[in-house]
Amino acid sequence: MTAVSGEPGGPAQAELRVPGRGAGLRDVARHRFLLKLLVDKEIKVRYRGSVLGLLWSYVKPGVQFIVFYIALGIFLGLEQSDRNPDGLPNYAIYLFSGIVLINFFSEALGNASRSIVGNSGLIKKIYLPRELFPVSAIWVSGIHFLPQIVILVVACLLTGWSPSVLQLAVAIVGFLIAAFLATGLGLIFGAINVYYRDAENVVDMLLMVATWASPVLYSWEMVRRQLGDTALSVYMLNPLTVSVETFHYAFWLPTTDQQFQLPPGFLPVWLPVALAVALFTVILGQHLFRRLEGRFAQEL
Amino acid sequence: MALAIEIAGIQKRFALRHTRSLKETVLWLLKGRKGDLSKTFAALNDVSLTVEEGETVALLGFNGSGKSTLLKHISGVMLPDTGTVRTRGRVAGLIEVGAGFHPDLSGRDNVFLNGAILGMSEKDIHRQFDSIVDFAEIGEFIDTEVRFYSSGMYLRLAFSVAVHTDPNVFLIDEILAVGDEPFQRKCISKIKELAEAGKTLVVVSHDLDLIGQICRRGVVLEKGRIVHDAPVAEAIAHIRGQ
Repeated sequence: MTAVSGEPGGPAQAELRVPGRGAGLRDVARHRFLLKLLVDKEIKVRYRGSVLGLLWSYVKPGVQFIVFYIALGIFLGLEQSDRNPDGLPNYAIYLFSGIVLINFFSEALGNASRSIVGNSGLIKKIYLPRELFPVSAIWVSGIHFLPQIVILVVACLLTGWSPSVLQLAVAIVGFLIAAFLATGLGLIFGAINVYYRDAENVVDMLLMVATWASPVLYSWEMVRRQLGDTALSVYMLNPLTVSVETFHYAFWLPTTDQQFQLPPGFLPVWLPVALAVALFTVILGQHLFRRLEGRFAQEL
Repeated sequence: MALAIEIAGIQKRFALRHTRSLKETVLWLLKGRKGDLSKTFAALNDVSLTVEEGETVALLGFNGSGKSTLLKHISGVMLPDTGTVRTRGRVAGLIEVGAGFHPDLSGRDNVFLNGAILGMSEKDIHRQFDSIVDFAEIGEFIDTEVRFYSSGMYLRLAFSVAVHTDPNVFLIDEILAVGDEPFQRKCISKIKELAEAGKTLVVVSHDLDLIGQICRRGVVLEKGRIVHDAPVAEAIAHIRGQ
């Protein structure tokens, strides 16, 4: 009899164990190979049979950007010009650096929320750590995010971009905040969606609000001007606001004369707070997911 | 011999009506949880079963007797309401061949994906790859997308991946009707080979003659209870006598 390999990364000959009880997100780390295959699958399948293929990842945000830029930057006067000195300089870069991040977040959370129901065929028949599905959805969105970042960087370079190391590091933290938040919320809504398909609609609504509840299309100063300092603090508690603002700080600010101020206490207070909120969401999501996953197979 | 599977007094109830809306649930909660939101029935009722390593067990019974539900508890897809299930080593289900196949991927990609889903490591799959393709008799079509496969080719490849996963406990649910007759014979001889190699097998099938060839022990389920547990010939006689 040949030697039998155990769980990937697990002991070869195990004791009697209770099947179907995983270690949550830690199991995902042990199934890296399967995670990679699941991500590859999504990437391969996504644009299969389309003429433009992966180019769609460039075309869609490109069109979205042009529409917003014309409507908001020019018609509503957010772009700074001789006739409109109160506008934002390089509004196009300002807008696009926020949009790419929100696009990433929307795709990640939307797909993660649908991932459990979408893989019901597998979940009903074979035991796998179910966290693999939302987590792979986040990774897929991360890969689709790359071409958009490339466009953003090219646009930045064309307008004289020279970021500091600190600014780039802050942007990475900002991206991680969005990724953790999407993972945590994705676990929560992915699990609830098994029981109540209403969750998908709640997520769609949240994502619509997300674009407007963070400074993607306008600047944070408008919030303070209209609503005051207390409201601004509440506004800053939204981790997405902080995440978007880190991208402005890293990509947009270095293309201007650097006169624009960050929200007060941005780096020392709001950045760590947002990271903490996002990580807490992951822990909460994991906890809720594990409580609900026991009945996935029979409810799907 | 050590135990491979130990099932102690498990009970599983299913809801009869699943389509309850959020509105209904909220109203039910507001009314102080009065009344039953959904009726339940017992799919498994006080089931206890122990299987030694190397045993070949057939789960027999008519449709709806709880055979597949029991198998899903052994694989961990479902958790019991009460009682415990414990297994030793890796358990792999040949439960519905091809559950992890994606039609838009090539045969090669699907071998890797399905192998990993069934618990094989990257190294295992690389080592077994040629053997998997040989056994499935897929040949040059391995790089073709699976949706262009005939249904026979599809099932052969899926079955081939499954038998190459090399777990300690094999769960087999109604998949023995794979492909044409020569391939079916090949599958059955492969399963017998696994049994002779000391693997633990738990088989669900309605093909009583086939089960008689493969398994030594027969467990008869009826309405979620075990009603008979004996050498397979006796168990089959019990089923046929009903």
